Amino acid sequence: MSILVNKDTKVCVQGITGRDGSFHTKGMIDYGTPVIAGVTPGKRGQEIHGVPVFNTMNEAVKTTKANTSVIYVPARFAPDAIYEAIDAGIKLIVAITEGIPTQEMLKIYNYLKGKPTTMIGPNSSGIITPGIAKVGIMPGIIHKPGKIGVVSRSGTLTYEVVNQLGNAGLGQSTCISIGGDQIVGMTFMDILPLFEADPDTNAVVLIGEIGGTDEELAASYIKAEMHKPVVSFIAGRAAPAGKRMGHAGAIIAGGTGTAEAKTKALEEAGVAVARTPMEIPDLLKEKL
Amino acid sequence: MKIHEYQAKRIFARYGILLPYGKICDTPEEARKITKKIKKPVVIKAQVQVGGRGKAGGIKLAKNPDEAKELAKYILSMKIKGIQVKKVMVTEAIDIKEEFYIGVVIDRAEKKIALITSEAGGVEIEEVARETPEKVHKARVDPLIGLRSYQIQKLVAPLFKDKELQRETGWIIRKVYQAFIENDCSLAEINPLVLTRDGKLLACDTKINIDDNALFHEKLANLRDPNAEDPLELEARQSDLSYVGLDGNVACIVNGAGLAMTTMDIIKLYGGEPANFLDVGGSSSPEKVVNAMRIILTNKNVRAILINIFGGITRCDDIAAGIIEAMNKMEVPYPIVVRLTGTNKEKAREMLADTDLTFASSFAEGVKKAVEFAGKK
Repeated sequence: MSILVNKDTKVCVQGITGRDGSFHTKGMIDYGTPVIAGVTPGKRGQEIHGVPVFNTMNEAVKTTKANTSVIYVPARFAPDAIYEAIDAGIKLIVAITEGIPTQEMLKIYNYLKGKPTTMIGPNSSGIITPGIAKVGIMPGIIHKPGKIGVVSRSGTLTYEVVNQLGNAGLGQSTCISIGGDQIVGMTFMDILPLFEADPDTNAVVLIGEIGGTDEELAASYIKAEMHKPVVSFIAGRAAPAGKRMGHAGAIIAGGTGTAEAKTKALEEAGVAVARTPMEIPDLLKEKL
Repeated sequence: MKIHEYQAKRIFARYGILLPYGKICDTPEEARKITKKIKKPVVIKAQVQVGGRGKAGGIKLAKNPDEAKELAKYILSMKIKGIQVKKVMVTEAIDIKEEFYIGVVIDRAEKKIALITSEAGGVEIEEVARETPEKVHKARVDPLIGLRSYQIQKLVAPLFKDKELQRETGWIIRKVYQAFIENDCSLAEINPLVLTRDGKLLACDTKINIDDNALFHEKLANLRDPNAEDPLELEARQSDLSYVGLDGNVACIVNGAGLAMTTMDIIKLYGGEPANFLDVGGSSSPEKVVNAMRIILTNKNVRAILINIFGGITRCDDIAAGIIEAMNKMEVPYPIVVRLTGTNKEKAREMLADTDLTFASSFAEGVKKAVEFAGKK
């Protein structure tokens, strides 16, 4: 078992003919992921690494029964690609694209409500269930099958942590990068209950960073509902304040965007917060 | 992206929002002429994109054209938080009866657009929220549905008893919201919205921030004032790098914001001080590394560079090609510690085999070595 990505996953790549789309399609296939379709408007009939290319998502889904889409489309066109995937009935969208305007994402987030589609990202490095399938851009080789669930707002920092876990003999059930943007599809609050319910996940690593209140919300969920141990790391202790935070934005965040506030909330919920990614494996071992 | 007050005012003016009469200028003589034309006392305001310009002396009241010239000369010679004032706005002084606040912002937690009003305008809204939260009124708008009348009513009712003023303010809120949507703002604010003694509502100070992700719209990108920001951050952005300068001496070049932040955190934890935040981003081309090195070399405090790459969409061979090109083009007077792992790392290591770089096999080792090098005299 695992969450969101498993042996029934069938992947369609949106933006498959681009530089990154094509490169990472090969990476996913080499990992053993069933990549069964690609979509780039106007490129029907081509094959990329043996994968048939379609003009539209509807066509791709009808023909191949793809249930998962991964999006490498440039930011200007990515919202269209996302709506197209939702309307084609895709179950899980993984948006790798960086730079989608925040207001576009707000609309997408609200459009997704009540629909059978869930979305990871944008600005995500994807999701991987080690040994089964990877949907995204992470280096597959560092991921080892096992019992630790990993959820993170970062991409490369997640690789770092996963690498540390693997070196310590701690394999992973599923690793998810939820994306570094202000507004993303699934948040910690959506992922944690899935790990809590997954019989093959024994503990969770939550990698947060400064800004927003998602870690505080996660802390309140962990305190109230979670029985599995959680270890966390929060990036950005050394970051200067106020660089990207808008003025009236602070009124809603209520002074809770700092690494200190997030660490405090998590610790109060019984989470062990590591000072460095290197400390995470030992903290996990203590809890297991 | 921040823009100047006068630019925000131009945007609001396009939506029909009333502003005090005023003009922008960059010489004291022009300030005198504008004041002469206005024929009453004026306010002279420094156009800088940093907070606290009033406290720093960047906003002054002038009673006549000669005084306006003197004060404009003084303000145009000022630096506010390190930024040279290049333009001043000269506006008619307003006879204030009451001050209000109107703001529109992205509500991250609720995934909505938040509209905020307050009867305590003219001070920072965060301060109002802290001291007198009952004076802050909010409505959350679903962007797919848009702003509805009942929400406007909720926002204006606590501000005025007078129905006509409620109606006028409601209209202004609609226009601020429209400007926020149509210009991809992350913040659109009138503070204060002034009720004058003769019963008019004027947007005396305004602020707009534009979503950085929306700058592919040329009309928005053109609002950027390259003089208003740190020259290194400007150069970095032009090279598609994300850079923030800090006070330490251990420079770093990292891929991914999370790993870049963590690299800074650990430099600090191991007793060093980071010189910068620098994220070369995804799908890095060799050129990005060259530009990153060029930017770091202009920082005189730097004593060591740590290149920390965990390849995913970034290919280690692209980074290696960039390092080689940078070392061919530039003299680097201090040690470079390199830690490369992930996508195409073997190829990268082969490419760098003949260089005199210091290699680290782990994150911790890389940081330790860089901090050590920076500590040596």
